[in-house]
Amino acid sequence: MLDQSDSYLTEDGRRIGAVVMEMKNITLRFGGVVAIKDISFDIREGEIRAIIGPNGAGKSSMLNVISGFYVPQDGEVLFHGKKRPPMRPYEVARQGIARTFQNIALFDGMSVLDNVMTGRLNYMKTNLFQQALWKGWAEKEETENREVVEKIIDFLEIQAIRKTPVARLPYGLKKRVELARALAAEPKLLLLDEPMAGMNVEEKEDMSRFILDVNDEFGTTIALIEHDMGVVMDLSDRVVVMDYGKKIGDGTPDEVRNNQDVIDAYLGVSHD
Amino acid sequence: MSDQLIFAMEVTLNGLMAGVLYALVALGFVLIYKASGIFNYAQGVMALFAAMTLVGIMNGQVPFSHLINALFGGHTTHFGWTVPSLVAILMTIAVMVVLAWLVQVLVMKHLVGQEPIILFMATIGLAYFLEGVADLMWGSEIKTLDVGLPQGINLWIDETTLGIFGYGFFIDNLDIVATVIAALLVTGLVLFSQYTKQGRAMRAVADDHQAALSVGISLNFIWVLVWSVAGFVALVAGIMWGTKSGVQFSLSLIALKALPVLMLGGFTSIPGAIVGGLIIGVGEKLFEFLIGPMVGGATENWFAYVLALIFLVFRPQGLFGEKIIERV
Repeated sequence: MLDQSDSYLTEDGRRIGAVVMEMKNITLRFGGVVAIKDISFDIREGEIRAIIGPNGAGKSSMLNVISGFYVPQDGEVLFHGKKRPPMRPYEVARQGIARTFQNIALFDGMSVLDNVMTGRLNYMKTNLFQQALWKGWAEKEETENREVVEKIIDFLEIQAIRKTPVARLPYGLKKRVELARALAAEPKLLLLDEPMAGMNVEEKEDMSRFILDVNDEFGTTIALIEHDMGVVMDLSDRVVVMDYGKKIGDGTPDEVRNNQDVIDAYLGVSHD
Repeated sequence: MSDQLIFAMEVTLNGLMAGVLYALVALGFVLIYKASGIFNYAQGVMALFAAMTLVGIMNGQVPFSHLINALFGGHTTHFGWTVPSLVAILMTIAVMVVLAWLVQVLVMKHLVGQEPIILFMATIGLAYFLEGVADLMWGSEIKTLDVGLPQGINLWIDETTLGIFGYGFFIDNLDIVATVIAALLVTGLVLFSQYTKQGRAMRAVADDHQAALSVGISLNFIWVLVWSVAGFVALVAGIMWGTKSGVQFSLSLIALKALPVLMLGGFTSIPGAIVGGLIIGVGEKLFEFLIGPMVGGATENWFAYVLALIFLVFRPQGLFGEKIIERV
């Protein structure tokens, strides 16, 4: 079990627990290009952890390392205190790490409901034979999983579009469906890759509210990448700042805001 | 009722039955295309391979006997037993699953994320390779296949129609069996893809690989599953066509007949494959019957392709294909 001795309460009364995910000296190279240079940081249970940085800083690469899409050349990934061997993305997903993508990756041919149901695939244990007979196990299982999914659909306020094929939805709603699918897996760690990219102010406010609610209601640990500094500072408990593949800051939003390196990275440094 | 009309009815019925067999082959294509975006040129050869394997196992042939005898001497070509058809069918299914796994591990796995045209080329290679392997395994002579399906004229239909129209229809029992089996197969496949966990995973993989990975679906597993199902469909088609016209090389060419069926029905629709098959089956028989005599016959050779061309011009996505709408 996790060591809960160093847990603490936030100002708004949420309890932040022990370290769930720890990245140790991660280095990721593509040929000669170093995308991530010797970065270490951790994610605690129940917190909202943001990764920020200018374009090309290596934020998405970092998220892809956590979710198994990239395998780093150096460094260790510790999940629940145990070193994680190199894994394929679907194996990582089965461990309870769900994610969304920067450029929405939904199943276009399926309805919203079916899309969200795919998030439950790993909770369905009946085999083909049992499903062929349908009645009994398989039906019970389908109903149980459906209940979870309906709850999430209600929670994210997408009841009205449950039966709509996702290809027809506008951008903002697609993002929300993707979040719903990730939530359906009841993840121990939820990774959001730019959940608010390309949204207008109103959509951003909605999405921020949902992220906070998810964290508050389900106690889901969330790591997110975001460009919008205002949003990040309001949402997150702790922030990692990356620039050119290196970590230049790590701490609470206030600490990060006053960090000279971070200010330089975002505003530029004068060379006179 | 005029003779002409009664003949036309008989021709239509026979056309429907032939259409079912076209649909069976087309189904194999649709399954793989839907799940992996690969147009599997080898589907026809898979049907041939499955039928040859089935005959070989039933007759107790030693696989690769020519090769073995050539390398090590000896003259053994048969084990000296015969295998009951049901057992042999189960064994052939096992062979097709192994084949699916080999295709995935040796070929497709290494081509993940490649252009569709590259995957298509790979299946062309696979088709010729498989054809060679089939000949090497079981010999290239024409074989008869008899798994105990009823054949010959259906007397009940013959007598009933004789009573009604004064003319007995000739309907082959095999065609009726094929229709029933195809209907069961299609129902099974639709239920499988719509209502089972694996079916849902299969549709997910077809739509988006990355997203499928992110919800914990193993692409490898799903692809082996899809190729296995396609192998099974190929076996069913192989049994039907093999029983009808013998197991021989031309069996692999039925795949060509499936192409116009796919263009009509759409590459991504299971019901489309069925309806397309029926339209082509009935269409070519009726056309031959009505127009054939005026143009000197042999219209069955080209009718399907001309129909497909017309469809390509006016409705390129087919009757049931997904319409391509791009958000701008």
